Amino acid sequence: MTSTPFGQRVEIGDAADIVTARRAARELCERLGFGKADQTRLATAVSELARNVIQYAGTGHCLIEDGSDALNRRIQVVVEDQGPGIANLEQALTYGYSTSGGLGAGLPGTRRLVDDFQIESAPGLTRISIALNKPF
Amino acid sequence: MRIPILRLDRILLVSIQIDLSDNDAMEFQSDLVERVAEIEATGVAIDITALDVVDSYMARVINDTASMVRLLGAEVVICGVQPFVALTLIEMGRDLLGADCAFNLGQGLEILKQRIAERGDIRFTEDEND
Repeated sequence: MTSTPFGQRVEIGDAADIVTARRAARELCERLGFGKADQTRLATAVSELARNVIQYAGTGHCLIEDGSDALNRRIQVVVEDQGPGIANLEQALTYGYSTSGGLGAGLPGTRRLVDDFQIESAPGLTRISIALNKPF
Repeated sequence: MRIPILRLDRILLVSIQIDLSDNDAMEFQSDLVERVAEIEATGVAIDITALDVVDSYMARVINDTASMVRLLGAEVVICGVQPFVALTLIEMGRDLLGADCAFNLGQGLEILKQRIAERGDIRFTEDEND
């Protein structure tokens, strides 16, 4: 894990890194003045995304940053991997759909937890950006 | 990392304190079902007070474990779901955690005892303990 003035980068390589990533997200969230509900939402979202990295790509990383401006507190997280990519984005974002025997709640669930959710995926690069906003 | 399984007569208590990896989860599930069958447990309380994040994977592990235990014939209660965990799980999707729940271990044990009594095999339990 490396820290910069604006945030942290967490390498994701095994299950223990899921915990590291979501802890880092929760800590920055708390530091920026988000409440406990938001802290838990973000930590859970990061947990889902980091778990997907392990499951589908093997390795990747996660950037957790303070994106606040004069009006809003903002915490943004980018999770990236160089895995095979998501074959069908629409299906992957459908609740109950899973290629892995899971609940199919991971991505659609994550989207419901955060204010901003963007996903781009192609073979060799999957990047999911999420953010929570809260006015000062 | 092994999850300790405590025994209280024919009730088993487990407390999940850490995020389980896939392997941990498999090990935990097989340890628990084995133990339930071995002592013919009447009830199992799974305490997750210490989990401040339950993502869809952990929810599935907990649900699956509860279903396995029920298949063997024991009652199950999940204890100590944290308020913000409940909020997040429902926001993510209904039915992520489907088992019966209790505020804490104490209440969970009461519920188990009541259920076991309702089932009517309490006499059998008492006879065996004689």
